[in-house]
Amino acid sequence: MTDISSQGQTYDAGFGDYFALLKPRVMSLVVFTALVGLLVAPVGVHPVVGLTAILFIALGAGASGALNMWWDADIDAVMRRTQGRPVPAGRVQPGEALGLGLALSGIAVVMLALASNLVAAGLLAFTIFFYAVVYSMWLKRATPQNIVIGGAAGAFPPMIGWAVATGGVSVESALMFALIFMWTPPHFWALALFMKEDYHTAGVPMLTVTHGRKSTRLHILVYTILLVPVGLACALSGIGGPFTLAVALVLNLWFLVGALRIWRRDEAMAEADKYATEKSVFRFSLSYLFLHFTAFLVEAVLKSYGWGGW
Amino acid sequence: MPFQVEHELHRRRFGRNLGLGLTLVGFVGIVFALTVVKVTRGDPMQGFDHVARPEMATTTTGANP
Repeated sequence: MTDISSQGQTYDAGFGDYFALLKPRVMSLVVFTALVGLLVAPVGVHPVVGLTAILFIALGAGASGALNMWWDADIDAVMRRTQGRPVPAGRVQPGEALGLGLALSGIAVVMLALASNLVAAGLLAFTIFFYAVVYSMWLKRATPQNIVIGGAAGAFPPMIGWAVATGGVSVESALMFALIFMWTPPHFWALALFMKEDYHTAGVPMLTVTHGRKSTRLHILVYTILLVPVGLACALSGIGGPFTLAVALVLNLWFLVGALRIWRRDEAMAEADKYATEKSVFRFSLSYLFLHFTAFLVEAVLKSYGWGGW
Repeated sequence: MPFQVEHELHRRRFGRNLGLGLTLVGFVGIVFALTVVKVTRGDPMQGFDHVARPEMATTTTGANP
C-alpha cells in the first residue's frame, strides 16, 4: 500500500491527465445541447456572453465528471472500460480529483452567474450536485434504476442554455430536458446489453445483472414507447415546426422499430450475430439525439427567414 | 549542450505548466471580453450603483415620489 501510494506521488501528472478527469466526450454532448438550448430561445444573446456561458456550462459538467471519478475510483479500478482513467491508473491522486472538481464547480457556477444570470447558474449548480451526489453517491450503487434518475443530470444543459438567454424555465426548455431524460435509459441499456462489464464485481446494480437481460430488453421497449410522445411534443411546441415534426416522426418511428427488434430477440439470437441489432440501435440512439437537436436548430434558422415554426 | 539530460518527467511537467499557463491566459481573456461587453451595453450595471438615481426608479417602478 505504501509502495503504491509513494509511486503515485512520484508520478507527475500531465495536463492531459487532468483534462481527462473532465470527461471530454461527455462535455461535447453538453456543449452541443446547451448551445442548441441557447440558440433556439426566443431572446437573443450577445455572442461573447453566449460563448462564455457555454464554456462555463461545459466546465461545470466537466467538474462534476471529476467529482464522479474521485468518488467512483474503486469501481473504475475493477471494470475494464474504466481502468485506464487517471485516478484508478494512479496518474492523478484522488484528492487532486476532488480538489479540481470542487474548484472548477465553484468557478463555473460563479462565472456563469456573472456572465448570464442567477437562474442559469442555479441550474448549473443543481446539475453538478445531482450528478456528483444524487447519482454518483446515492443512486449508482443502490438501485438498478440509477440510469433513469441519473439521466436527469445529462438532461439539464439545454435547459441551462435556454435560461442563459431567457433568464427562466419554460415549457420548451422542460421538453428538451424531458427528451434527453427519456432517451438516456434505452440508449444506455442498449449499450449494457452488448458491453458485458463486470458490474457485479464492482457492486453496481445494473439492470442487466439484477433483473436479467430479458427484462432489460422489455425496459428498452417501454422507455422508447414513453420517449416517442416527448419527441413529438417537442416538435409541436414553440421550438418546433413542420420540419422538426417530419424529422421527429422519422426518428421516433425508427427508434421504436429498433426497440421492438431488441425486445423480440433473446440471448441466443444476439450471441449468434454478435449483438448486431443491439449495436445498431445503440449507434442510432446517438444519431437520434443529435438529429433531434439539430432539427430544433434548423427550425430556428428557418424561422428567422420567416419559413419555419408553427 | 545542457548540463543535465532532460528526463521525460521534465517534458511532462513543462507540458502541464504550459497548459495551465495558457488556460489562465484564456481565462483572463474571457473575463476581459466579458467585462468589455457588459460595460459597453451597461444598463443592468446601474442597478448595483449605490448612488440614488431617481431616473432609474421612474423607469423600473413607475412610481417616482
